[in-house]
Amino acid sequence: MNLLILLIIPFLTAIGILAVNGLKQVRTVAFIGSMIQLCLSFYLLNQYHIAKELGDASLMLFEQNYPWFPSMGVYFHIGVDGISISMIILTALVVVAGVLVSYGMEQLHKEFFFLLILLSLGAYGFFISLDLFTLFFFLEVAVIPKFLLIGIWGSGPKERSAMKLALMLMGGSAMIFIGLIGVYFYSNEVGARTFDMLALAKNGISKEAQLFFFPFAFAGFGAFTALFPFHTWVPDGHSSAPTAASMFLAGISMKLGGYGCLRVATFLMPQAAEYYAPVIILLATIAIIYGAFATMMQTDLKYINAYSSISHCGFVLLGIGMLTKVSITGAVMQMVSHGLMTALFFAAIGMMYSRTHTRLVAQLGGLLKVMPFISSIFIIAGLCSLGLPGFSGFVSEMTIFVGAWQNPNIWYRLATILSCASIVVTAVYILRAAGSSVMGPIKDNHFLKLEDALWNEKLAAVVLLSGIVVIGIAPFLLTDLLSPGTDIIMEQLLK
Amino acid sequence: MALDIIIAMKHELMIGFIIFLLLFWKIRSDEPNPSAVISVVNGLLLATVLLFLFESKDVVLFNQMFKGNELILFQKSILSLGMLIVSAISFTWLKNNKNFLEFYILLLSSLLGMFFMISSANMLMFYLGLELSTIPLAAAANFDLQKRKSSEAAMKLILSSAFSSALLLLGISFIYGSTGTLLFSELSVSLVENPLSIFAFILIFAGFAFKISAVPFHLWTADVYEGSPIPVTAFLSVVSKAAVTFVFVSVLFQVFQSLALTWTIAISLMAFLSIVIGNLFALRQQNIKRFLAFSAIAQVGYILVAMLGFAEVAQSSIFFFLIIYLFSNLAAFGVIGIVSEHTGNENIDDYKGFYQTNKFLSWVLAIGLFALAGVPPTAGFFGKFFLLMAGASKGNYILIIIAALNMVVSFYYYLRIVKVIFMDGNENPIAKTEAGLIPNLALLLCMAGLIVLSVYGPIYEYIVHIVQPY
Repeated sequence: MNLLILLIIPFLTAIGILAVNGLKQVRTVAFIGSMIQLCLSFYLLNQYHIAKELGDASLMLFEQNYPWFPSMGVYFHIGVDGISISMIILTALVVVAGVLVSYGMEQLHKEFFFLLILLSLGAYGFFISLDLFTLFFFLEVAVIPKFLLIGIWGSGPKERSAMKLALMLMGGSAMIFIGLIGVYFYSNEVGARTFDMLALAKNGISKEAQLFFFPFAFAGFGAFTALFPFHTWVPDGHSSAPTAASMFLAGISMKLGGYGCLRVATFLMPQAAEYYAPVIILLATIAIIYGAFATMMQTDLKYINAYSSISHCGFVLLGIGMLTKVSITGAVMQMVSHGLMTALFFAAIGMMYSRTHTRLVAQLGGLLKVMPFISSIFIIAGLCSLGLPGFSGFVSEMTIFVGAWQNPNIWYRLATILSCASIVVTAVYILRAAGSSVMGPIKDNHFLKLEDALWNEKLAAVVLLSGIVVIGIAPFLLTDLLSPGTDIIMEQLLK
Repeated sequence: MALDIIIAMKHELMIGFIIFLLLFWKIRSDEPNPSAVISVVNGLLLATVLLFLFESKDVVLFNQMFKGNELILFQKSILSLGMLIVSAISFTWLKNNKNFLEFYILLLSSLLGMFFMISSANMLMFYLGLELSTIPLAAAANFDLQKRKSSEAAMKLILSSAFSSALLLLGISFIYGSTGTLLFSELSVSLVENPLSIFAFILIFAGFAFKISAVPFHLWTADVYEGSPIPVTAFLSVVSKAAVTFVFVSVLFQVFQSLALTWTIAISLMAFLSIVIGNLFALRQQNIKRFLAFSAIAQVGYILVAMLGFAEVAQSSIFFFLIIYLFSNLAAFGVIGIVSEHTGNENIDDYKGFYQTNKFLSWVLAIGLFALAGVPPTAGFFGKFFLLMAGASKGNYILIIIAALNMVVSFYYYLRIVKVIFMDGNENPIAKTEAGLIPNLALLLCMAGLIVLSVYGPIYEYIVHIVQPY
C-alpha cells in the first residue's frame, strides 16, 4: 500500500472543507474524509498481515524515500511497522469520534473542522515518518491547530491555557531539536550526514554524545506526554479545550510524545536510555502517584480526566523506562488503550456538559435516569480507566507491571509496587466521580427535560468503545502486531 | 566586452531605466495618472525580477571594481522581488500620495546602490554602493512630511548611518594601510592577523552591525521603524537588511577568512545579545511596528548564529532564510500597511477581534507571524532550523541551545498577536477593509512563497548549487 495516501486523504478533506459552505456540508465532508481514513488504516493493517505472512522480514514495510532537502540530509522517508500501525488506527478512530461529537459546532464551523483535520494530518505524518526531520516537521505542524482550537472554541480561561500549552509544547520541540542535532552530528557514520532513523540506528552514536543529548530528546518528547515536571499544560489545556480538541489532545497528541520517547530517544540512544533509566522511572512513578492524588482533589470532571491522564501516561513512561520487551509492549498498549479510553471519557463529559452546562461533580447528579446512554459510557470509560478486566486498561497496565517486575533491581520493584498501588487511588476517584455525578438523586430539576445522546454521539461512543473492548478481550491482536517492532528496539538495547 | 557589461549589469540597467523613465514623467507638465504609472513600474519591476532566468557569466569588470555571477544575479532578483512586493502592498498609499514619483525614485536609487554593493569587488565600490543605498532611504523615511515622528526617524537614520559609514571608512583606510590594496581578491590573500588589521576589521564589522541592526548597534531601529511610513519601514527591514547581509556574509567568508578566530568570538557574542535583547524588548511592545523592529533584531541574531558554521552551509542557509524572511515580513507589513492606511491604527490592541471582520487579512498576518516564529507548514520552520543547523556544524552547542530555547520566547510574542486577532472579543473591531486587487495579489504571492519554499525542496538545492563555487 502506498503510505502517501494516508496524508493525501486528510489533505483533500481539508481542502474540501474549505470549498463547501454551511455546517451540514462541512461536517459531512469531514465525516466522509475521516471515515475513508479509518477504512484505509484497517486496510493498511490487513496489508501488513498479508506481507508478514508472505515472509517479509524487513524492519519497516511499504517504505518510500524521496529527497526533500538532500544537501541538509533531510529526506521524506516514510514506512510503517506494527507500532506505527497501531498508532495510526488509534488516530483514525479518535478522529472519527471527534468529528462526530462536534456535529453541533455552530461557531466558525469551517475553521474548526479544518483545524481538526490539519491536526490529524500532523499526527498521521508523524507516525509514518522514518526521517527525524520529517517527523519533527509533522510534530510541529500539530502545535498551531491545538493553540487555535483551544483559544477560539474553548471555555474558561481559554487564551491562557492555549498559550501555556503552545509554549510548553514549543519548549519541548526546542529540546527535541537539540537532541536531533546531537544525533545528526555525532552519529558514527561515513559519508553524508543523515536524519534517517534506520541508518542512524545502524551506525550508532558515541556514548558521550548519547549521554549529553538523550535528556534533551527524552524530556522534549516527554513534555508532549506529560512527563513530570513538564506536565503542567495538561490540566489547563485539556479542560479549556472544546470536546473534540480534548479528545485529540489526550487521545492522540500525548501519544506523539510517548512514541517519540520510544522511537527516537530510546531506539537511537539505547546506551543513554539504560543510563538514565532510573531517572525516567523515578519521574514516571512521581507522575503516576502525584497524578492520582491530584485527581482526588478535583471537582471538575474535565480536570479529573486531565489529571488522571497524567497518571496514566506515567505508566507509558514507566514501561519505557523499565526497558524489557514486555514492559515496552505494555507501554505501547497503554498508549493505544489510554488514547481510546480518555477520548471516550472526554466525549462523555462533553455530551454531559453541552446539556447540563456544568462540569462540576457537586452540581451534577442522577443523570443515569435522564440520559442513560451518556451516563453508561461515562461509567464504562471510568471502569476502563481504573483497570477493570475485560477492557483495554486492564491488559495494558497488567503487561507493564509484568514487564516491570522482570527487572530484578530492588528499587525498580519498589517503583512498580508503588505504581500498582496507585490503582486503588484511581478506583477511589473514578467511583466517587461516577457515583455522585450520574447516580443518586437528580439535583437540578431542569435536568429532567434533557435529551439523551443523538445518533452521531452514539456512533462516536460506539466507535471508541469497540476499540476498547476488542483490545480488552483479545489483547493478542495488539501484542502480535507490536511484537516485531519491540523486538527491534530490544535488539538495539542489547547491542 | 559590451555584451559582458550588459549581461552582468542587466539589473542595474533595468533599474536605471525605470528611474529615468520616472524622472521624465516628473518633468512633464501634465499630472500623470497614478494607477497607470504604478502599474507600469510594477510591471517593469516584475521584469527585473525575472532577469535572473537569462544567461549569466562570471565576469569582473571595470578594473576589478565590479563582479557578476549566478549567485549575485539571483540575489539581485530577490531584492527586486522585495521591492516589487513593497510597491504592490502599498498601492493604495502611493495612489493617494501626490509625491509617489519621488517615492519610487528614492527607493529605486537605494535599490540600485544595493546592486552595486552586492556586485562590488573592491572596498571603495562597496562603500559607494552602501552610501547610495542609505542616503535615499533617509529621505524616504521623512516621507510623511506632516508627521513629526517621521522627521525624527529620518534624522536618526541619517545620523546613525553617517556614523556607521564613518566607522566603515576608517576601517577601510586602515585595511589599505596594512595591506596596500582594496581588492577583495587580493585582500583575502594578503590580510594577516596583526593588530592593525584586527582593529580595521572591528571598525568594518561595527559598520555592518549598524546596518543590520545587531545588538549593541540596534538602538536606532525601533524609532526609525515606528516613525517612517510603513512602505519605507518594510523596505528598510527586508530589502535593505537582506542586501547588507548578503555582502556581509560574502565579505566575511572571502576577505576576512584569515581573521576567523577573532570574528567567531565577536559574532557569537552579538548573536547571543541580539537574540536575547531582541526577544525581551519585543515582549513588551504595544506599537506593532516597534514590535516588528525588535522581532527583526532577534531574527538577525539567528542569522549571526548561522555565520558561525562552515562557509558553504552558512551562506546557503542564510540566503534561504532571507528569502523566507522577505515573504513573511512583507506579508505582515502588507497587512499592517493596509490597516494603517484605512484606519490609522497601529497598536496591537486595535487588532482585537480583527478576525470577525477581515478573515483574509487575519490569516495572512497570522501565517506571516507563524513563518517568522518558525512554525511548519510554513517555510519559516526550515529557514530557522537550517540556520541553527548551519551554526551547529562547527560545534557551538551552548549558543545553539540558547538560540533554540529563545525560539520559545519569540513564539510567545508572535502568538500574542495571533491571540489578539483570533481570540480577543471586541465590540467594534477594525472595520472591513478592502485592500484592492494588487495588494491582495502581493499578499497571495507571499503566502504561496511561504508554502512553496517549504514543500518544494529543489529551491534550496538550487541555492546550494549557486553558492558552492564562491
